[in-house]
Amino acid sequence: MFYFQTLVNGIVLGALYTCLAVGFSLVWGVLNIINMLHGSLIVLGGYLTFFAWHSYGIHPLLALPFVAVVLYCVGYAIQYLVINRVVNQPVLTTLTLTFGLDLILYNFMNVYYTATPVRVTLDLGIVDFGGIVMPVDRLIGMALALVLTALLYVVLRGSRIGRAIVAVRMDRSAAELMGIRVEQIYAITFGISALMAGTTGAVFAMVYPVTTNLAGAFLGKAFVVCVIGGLGSVQGALIGGFVLGLVESFAGQFLGPEHALTVGFILLLVLLVVKPTGLSGIKGFE
Amino acid sequence: MPASLRYVLFAVWVLALASTPLWADNYFVRLAIIIAMYTALVQSWNFIGGFAGYPSFATAVFFGLGSYAGALTQIAGLPSILAWLFATAFVGAFAALFGVIILRLRGHYFAIASFGVVEVVRLVISSWGSLTGGGDGLNVPLVTGGPNAVAQAFLAVMITIMLVAFAVTVAVDRSRLGFGLRCIQQNEDAADMVGVDTTRYKVIAFVLSAMFCGTIGAAYASWTGYIDPSDSFSILMTVKVPVMCLLGGPGTVLGPAVGTAVFLLLEEVLWSNFLEYNRAILGALIVLIIFFLPGGLLKISLHKIVARVIRRNNDAKGAP
Repeated sequence: MFYFQTLVNGIVLGALYTCLAVGFSLVWGVLNIINMLHGSLIVLGGYLTFFAWHSYGIHPLLALPFVAVVLYCVGYAIQYLVINRVVNQPVLTTLTLTFGLDLILYNFMNVYYTATPVRVTLDLGIVDFGGIVMPVDRLIGMALALVLTALLYVVLRGSRIGRAIVAVRMDRSAAELMGIRVEQIYAITFGISALMAGTTGAVFAMVYPVTTNLAGAFLGKAFVVCVIGGLGSVQGALIGGFVLGLVESFAGQFLGPEHALTVGFILLLVLLVVKPTGLSGIKGFE
Repeated sequence: MPASLRYVLFAVWVLALASTPLWADNYFVRLAIIIAMYTALVQSWNFIGGFAGYPSFATAVFFGLGSYAGALTQIAGLPSILAWLFATAFVGAFAALFGVIILRLRGHYFAIASFGVVEVVRLVISSWGSLTGGGDGLNVPLVTGGPNAVAQAFLAVMITIMLVAFAVTVAVDRSRLGFGLRCIQQNEDAADMVGVDTTRYKVIAFVLSAMFCGTIGAAYASWTGYIDPSDSFSILMTVKVPVMCLLGGPGTVLGPAVGTAVFLLLEEVLWSNFLEYNRAILGALIVLIIFFLPGGLLKISLHKIVARVIRRNNDAKGAP
């Protein structure tokens, strides 16, 4: 029974991690960029949700579409105006650039929202299922995270834009020759990634306290999930997210909570060396 | 600018830094120490990031491990200088070990792995409370003497490390090693084909990029007298160092010194005037550097700029 509780905790955590990393993975796979902004975008989504709830009394679930639209526009603009200019340069350039943008966003969030942890408290009670206890808001968070990830999968699979994104990921020049406007696809991809980050932030704000200081931790999780699962695919993020969630949950149980993070990062290093394509085995894009 | 003049200017700059206690107050002495320290860090990063073109973000782990190695050996009773040398050797060995493992990765994967190493070591240090004091940090035995004497001593130490790192840079630049690393930077597979021992060269560059960071970390720990994990393994430092190198000119001999000096002086001015927005300004600076100075300050050619201005003038006149 004891293990079941840990297992369930890990699964809930895994769903959140999947949603957190899937946008990051998309940008890395398609644009070949390590997006250091991702953590701050998640925090931004969390803050927008919190303040919509706190100041205007808007329910987080209603605020979610609004957050999604805002973040999509922010992401599209950042990519279209800034990152597109250096998108084909070596990793050092693009990574440093996104880090610079991250510092700007982080600073403004710190000034306007201050770094106090905020959380939307809905007080929905607790489910007790044969001794396994779980707060309802976490279950809702998990469901939302999975729905959002599934939506992304459907969009990438089914829509014209989704197919174009996948085509650019597979072969940029061939896609260009087929009449796909690569620059615009890049901007859309980044927009979608920011949207996923923002909605993840909204979900997180319902479950855990969110603060600007967590941006780095979110980013670290995204790194680990991507490397565990493999890059640029929804399946990869799903596998990576659940593996990390379960590993952290069990490591926290048996080794102590302070070592849960360490185990995650050690897993990252080992997998990088042993199997850089990730557990899903879908080939990474150098 | 002819090369000899550049070296003369560099010598003047070093003298200016070294002589700050004679003509300026403690604030400037402190600034000079920081500049010398970061110059050495950036010169170190230049070996792996500039010459070999590997996007390493591991500076913080070398610096942090150096400071902990230095602090712990000093607490155990080793004299400062021996402790610093021990930290250098320790960090060098660490880099050799990790280099062999992670230098097989390229591009994004290498960058992520180097971030990962920083995180793992930071987390291990913070949770290994019995040895490292955990999150509470460690107090390092203070160097005896008045504040002025201590500041002068550490200025001398930092400048010495910086000059040693500079000498090694010059030596590497002119040797087979430097040539091989440049080949790796341009095309690693081709370099491998024509007989450059890429693995060995990369590991040497990685160790060189680590050793001085270790020395500096240990000296820094002695200077401040207190270290903690979040300060010693700061992500900001690990990104600032490559940015300074990019600003000056990666893969050049004098680029690191130029980039560090310009960056830190700018930062100092901005920091004092816009306290609340200093991070945003730092970020904006990074964006501007990447957009407008892709090859660094040293790649700006005065001749080309003058020629362009003249041409533009002529065009304007020529137009009806």
